[in-house]
Amino acid sequence: MAGRGGSGAGMVEGARWKKWLYFYIPLTLFVVGTLFPFYWMLITAFRPDAELYRPWRAVNNTPFWTTHPTWEHVTYLFRETMFGTWLYNTMFIAIISTLISIFCGLLAGYALARLRFPLAGPLGTGIFVTYLVPPTLLFIPLADIIRNFRLGDTSWSLILTYPTFLIPFCTWLLMGYFKTIPKELEECARIDGASRIRAMVQIVFPIAMPGILSAGIFAFTLSWNEFIYALVFLSSPQQKTVPVGVVSELIRGDVFYWGPLMAGALLGSVPVALMYSFFVEHYVAGLTGAVKG
Amino acid sequence: MKPIAGGRGEAGQVAARLAVAPAAVPRMGVTARLLEDERVLGWLLLVPTIALLATFIAYPFVKGVWISLTSATVGVPGVFVGFKNFIKIWNDSIFQRTAYNTFVYTGVATVAKLTLGMWLALLLNRHFKGKRLVRASMLLPFIIPTVLSTFAWKWMFDPTFSVLNWTLYHAGVIQTRIGWLTDPTLALGSVIIVNVWRGMPFYAITLLAGLQTVSPELHEAAAIDGANTWQRFWRITWPLLLPVTMVVTLFSVIQTFADFQLVYVLTGGGPANATHLFATYAYQIGIITGLLGEGAAASLAMFPLLFIIVVIQLWYIRRVEGA
Repeated sequence: MAGRGGSGAGMVEGARWKKWLYFYIPLTLFVVGTLFPFYWMLITAFRPDAELYRPWRAVNNTPFWTTHPTWEHVTYLFRETMFGTWLYNTMFIAIISTLISIFCGLLAGYALARLRFPLAGPLGTGIFVTYLVPPTLLFIPLADIIRNFRLGDTSWSLILTYPTFLIPFCTWLLMGYFKTIPKELEECARIDGASRIRAMVQIVFPIAMPGILSAGIFAFTLSWNEFIYALVFLSSPQQKTVPVGVVSELIRGDVFYWGPLMAGALLGSVPVALMYSFFVEHYVAGLTGAVKG
Repeated sequence: MKPIAGGRGEAGQVAARLAVAPAAVPRMGVTARLLEDERVLGWLLLVPTIALLATFIAYPFVKGVWISLTSATVGVPGVFVGFKNFIKIWNDSIFQRTAYNTFVYTGVATVAKLTLGMWLALLLNRHFKGKRLVRASMLLPFIIPTVLSTFAWKWMFDPTFSVLNWTLYHAGVIQTRIGWLTDPTLALGSVIIVNVWRGMPFYAITLLAGLQTVSPELHEAAAIDGANTWQRFWRITWPLLLPVTMVVTLFSVIQTFADFQLVYVLTGGGPANATHLFATYAYQIGIITGLLGEGAAASLAMFPLLFIIVVIQLWYIRRVEGA
């Protein structure tokens, strides 16, 4: 190489060295840094207690893999806690609140994108502002309201409150989507005698399907992720969602059941991770759409 | 788009509309005719949304303001006390520490997330094998329920069994273990690391979407003119990405400023209140101790900054759309 190449090969060598320094090494660090906690979750979930609780400076420690993988933490999770129920609750709440939000978001998004009516502008702004209201601002008065509505400690307390941060997002995303659909399509249908509502439901909504999917997936992961409302509104173990159940039932006083905790974290992440892996492109479209507004 | 839209006025279509419309009108009832009216239909379509948002956002907000002005505790409505709760928390040394923590947490984490996210976006914008897989896996911290992934971090930071300490010790970096979450001077830093880990992908992926709209020809032209990589970033990429960056950053500042989950799981606000944020402290006072009035006041302390950011956000979006 060196004999033949002269200065040309030198440049290629230099470029390769630079590419490692400026591209491969940083990218590898990003990948390792991002994924290591998940790897650690996985390893811990299948590692026997005897290996988990070994002093940090022990000579024979092999922390990055396990020699005796075990199911004990997973079986503990399903036998000793109500993990199955929590999974079901989380799924149920996420699906229903997503459906409610898509329904409201479709109607509101269509109205704001297409129709001219008094106060449309301020209403659109108002919905956008609620999108920016963090749940941590309102949880204390909301807990009171939920109690007054006799919804405390029920799934409905979450099904009705999650749409408050999902609807603004869905509306905003779908509004952007509707604006890209040519008005002529609806007008043609209306010329043929279809009512506004029929044109909306039969012409516009089907075209907006990719947007609906993006909004739905995004809303689903957001409600699966929600924590503070679930923590404050739910109290009995059989009503809890996965995040709250894991926090409150796998830590007793100062004792952390790390094996089951990590197994719970892993299994609790699987549904969202699966959903995400099937619809990565839609998810990314939702994410970037949410920002562009 | 405009010339196509103009096509609506074509004589043929107008004629078609005139021919069909009179036939359609007589068949419509009163309801159907009302539904054809944009003003009626527009409001009607917004009813479900307005009802939910009014009940579970506007009403709680008003109620929260009211509660913060009373001596309410759990089960006791309390009486009007004016600004007593606000004055009390203002003079509370833990609350002062909380305010300091929240601003440090938001400031440091935001700068770190923006820098790292921009860097990662630039890396992902290049062509390489397995790009789709890498890009998809980079978003995982953002997808996986925060509480669950935060537990993985808590376990990694464990005082006795920390894998980070193990690695650093065997690499010869440390001799005694680091109390990531137990040392009051380190705890806030550790919490910030986890926040950056979780939030950085959001920046990276949205900025990447912005980067993909920047024409490579601009870079080629600048490169021919002798601009180096650094100059091309600051003169071309950064200004073109600024609108996306602004919106992403403002949105993320709100989320970070109002964060709860990370601190709740990692430290619960400790050690010695060194990591309390407004939200965790409000939870501590309002829900755990049961002093609803003071708790509501503590969480409303977030309001002024949130309000300013929302106003900036709205103003900025208007300006970008208007331009």
